Amino acid sequence: MRPETEWLVERWETMTLIRRAEERIAEMVESGEVRCPCHLYIGQEAVAAGVCAALTTADTVWGGHRSHGHYLAKGGSLAGLFGEVLLKATGCARGRGGSMHLAAPEVGVRGTVPIVAGTVPLAAGAAFAYKLRGDEMVAVAFFGDGALEEGHVHESMNLAALYRLPLVLVCESNLYASHLHWSERRVADNLHRAGEFHSVPGQRVDGNDVVTVHAAAGAAVERARSGDGPTLIECRTFRWRGHVGASFDLDVGVERGGELAEWLPRDPVRRVADQLIERGVTDLPQRERAIEAQIDSAVEEARAAPQPEPEIEETLCAR
Amino acid sequence: MRTLTYAQAIREAHAQMLARDARVFVIGQGLWSPWYAGSSLEGLDSEFGCARVVDTPVSENAVTGMAVGAALAGLRPIVFHPRMDFMLLAMDPIVNQAANWSHLFGGDSGVPLVIRAAINRGGEQGAQHSQALHAMFMHVPGLKVVMPSTPADAKGLLMAAMADPGPVLYIDDRWLYAESGEVAAEPFTVAIGEAAVRRSGSDVTLIGISWMASECMRAAGILEGEGIDAEVIDLRSLKPWDKETVAASVSRTGRAVVADGGWRTAGASAEIAAEIYERVFDHLLAPVARVALPDAPAPASRAEEQAYYPGAEQIAATARAVLALGTDGRTKRAAA
Repeated sequence: MRPETEWLVERWETMTLIRRAEERIAEMVESGEVRCPCHLYIGQEAVAAGVCAALTTADTVWGGHRSHGHYLAKGGSLAGLFGEVLLKATGCARGRGGSMHLAAPEVGVRGTVPIVAGTVPLAAGAAFAYKLRGDEMVAVAFFGDGALEEGHVHESMNLAALYRLPLVLVCESNLYASHLHWSERRVADNLHRAGEFHSVPGQRVDGNDVVTVHAAAGAAVERARSGDGPTLIECRTFRWRGHVGASFDLDVGVERGGELAEWLPRDPVRRVADQLIERGVTDLPQRERAIEAQIDSAVEEARAAPQPEPEIEETLCAR
Repeated sequence: MRTLTYAQAIREAHAQMLARDARVFVIGQGLWSPWYAGSSLEGLDSEFGCARVVDTPVSENAVTGMAVGAALAGLRPIVFHPRMDFMLLAMDPIVNQAANWSHLFGGDSGVPLVIRAAINRGGEQGAQHSQALHAMFMHVPGLKVVMPSTPADAKGLLMAAMADPGPVLYIDDRWLYAESGEVAAEPFTVAIGEAAVRRSGSDVTLIGISWMASECMRAAGILEGEGIDAEVIDLRSLKPWDKETVAASVSRTGRAVVADGGWRTAGASAEIAAEIYERVFDHLLAPVARVALPDAPAPASRAEEQAYYPGAEQIAATARAVLALGTDGRTKRAAA
């Protein structure tokens, strides 16, 4: 189905916001201003933008180490993100977590953590709570392809299917777990089938196409909300930067083969921009400048903000 | 006042919490079978329904993680591990997630979670069906750890754990399930972090944890027959633990024996002994002594089990040895 132009402009704006914010973070990593480990999402923007467009504000998302995109797509504030990567008191986790620990409960970003797939059972538990209470809410777990090699993800899929939980499992399959290609970790390229044994239906979609991602997520969210249980979506995509940091290398000290050159033309942001230009939308440059201005202002706000008070709270042992 | 067993007291706490708060639910293995939990959860499934008393597949990690997520979503879960040994499969949700969450996210998102683990040992069950792993969790900032030894505390500490805004590990002991004692019928809490002086005495302080607190009481009875007046402190909470009560007692008696059903090295007894030295060194008449498990995996055979698990006799013998050091233990030891 052909999306409305206005809807597509909004998705382009979300993806552009993620892209530009992360490019700014990359610069700040390279300059040394940002010191905490940052795992950039550049190249995968269509997944966060497509999935989050299928959610209500009350629905919750749970992420991992590479979650700047999830946070922004769900509506987390730019100032909170830049404050957090700079470990300022105004950060979204008050400067306690850094890039890997983002939260914006007011818009449903419940938490992101770097323990691989650490939030998958938590998302299932939130879904359990929604179901027990009769809330019409859905929990979404975002994780990478490496996460499906964790046992508790399979435990979670079984439990979510057994209890018919309103859970959507979004696997962002960017081919690499840190520096290891999927073929170095698995015999078969079949992650979208990982739920079959647990009676969790799955499908693989083009993770660089926001319209396709949104359609798959919409169906999964509808299924979850109507009480039919969890769905697994494998979004095939690619990260342009290294596992961690700003470099385009595969990982720290690991150079890439020719893959990046194959993926750059599939740029998910460019793809939507091209469609919009074809439809006669002419104001993308202005919109992009407005986004840049928002980022400038958030960065300045974060730079000016104080660091958290260096208080180590021994609340539990202080007696 | 009525008398309940320890297991009945645990059950009553569950029933009262389930009855008065729709947010409370229980999840874990063996909830629909008396084999796993003894009578401590008996009939809760039929009374409150299987949607709130959820017996799960053998998936410790994800089930515990689900309890963390449900707590973050506003419920008040009790996740049950009928054998603490199996709970090791859930270290990530307990240590990385539940314990750190509130800190990591700036204090806005507490995890009001009760993690209940049963120590279930003896009976020739072997090393993977025996372990008392409380010291591992006592080590972790962000977790509270309680270990009741009496029926009243079994109820009151469980209700306190439920009322706490953060994750609390509640460890009960199958060896205590049949112990009986007076328990108030109405809901009540026992403050986390407060020890109980079970017996006042002037010669030596016996500090016990969980099952070993009850063994300390038996040891005090043995010692009384020998003219030794032992004070017994039941620690009840391991984190935070009641340093003031212990320090005040030891500064009076000058002698301390710490009795713990966990291993000796880096065990709870080591932490307590260290704190006693730091706080009341000048009052000590003898070195702090420890009665703990040897640094060896739990045996299976009955004969070896009897040798492995210390009890009242070893505590009494240790107290006698501490008392034999005389009025200035340090001088005497240096001379020896």
